[in-house]
Amino acid sequence: MKYLYTVRGDDFARAGKASTEFKHVLSQLGIDPAVIKHSSVAMYEAEINMVIHAGGGVAEADLSPERVLITMRDRGPGIPDIDLAMTEGYSTAPEWIRELGFGAGMGLPNMRRNADELKVESVVGEGTTVTILIRLPTAGEGK
Amino acid sequence: MTVEKIVEILDARVVAGGDCLDLEVCAACGADLMSDVMAFVKDRVVLLTGLVNPQAIRTADLLDIKVVVFVRGKTPGDDMVEMARENGMILLCTKYSMFLACGRLYEAGLRAGGVREIA
Repeated sequence: MKYLYTVRGDDFARAGKASTEFKHVLSQLGIDPAVIKHSSVAMYEAEINMVIHAGGGVAEADLSPERVLITMRDRGPGIPDIDLAMTEGYSTAPEWIRELGFGAGMGLPNMRRNADELKVESVVGEGTTVTILIRLPTAGEGK
Repeated sequence: MTVEKIVEILDARVVAGGDCLDLEVCAACGADLMSDVMAFVKDRVVLLTGLVNPQAIRTADLLDIKVVVFVRGKTPGDDMVEMARENGMILLCTKYSMFLACGRLYEAGLRAGGVREIA
């Protein structure tokens, strides 16, 4: 099952709506609570980054019995140094974003912490695609 | 610790979810940065924050945090109260600062914090 969300980049108050909606889909489907939490945090951080840095984008969530696969695509400025961006505490967010409770340089590290696999592909001047994979526990196995 | 007890300890005002004050919480997280909250992994948590915008409610909702306390006398807007009601959350306001609010809950026996791994 695929779920598509448009992430608007012009209204910070709406940032996180896609993640919230997908979380409620997962809850209704009775998905493992740990998987829901990991998916929600990783997707929310990616969505916030999209709004702060890229003027919005598209979020696609694909659910199969084995995994949740979230793909976040934007046409923003891109990330020049992905290793540096993955460093906890490193941030290029403007001051007003920090006043709103974000931009602490925890976004990508939080995604990495919650994803079983995280892929960040970026081309400067073209955009960034973040792919987050979270495996569902098989029968009788907790995450 | 019940939310009712938290209301008493923090001399708090209930702005949403007043009919669910018998809910039990086992841990607390005090943060103004929502990414710090998201690095926090615990169940049955009360979030104390000085951040008064819809992201505070959204972050709590995504993490299944059912109780949010706004510190330093801050009051959430109607939009936030509405969001909280839709998600079955309890919102409290206290005049205490973050330090004092956390300290009072700790002193009253709410000791568990997060289990975030420091890399």
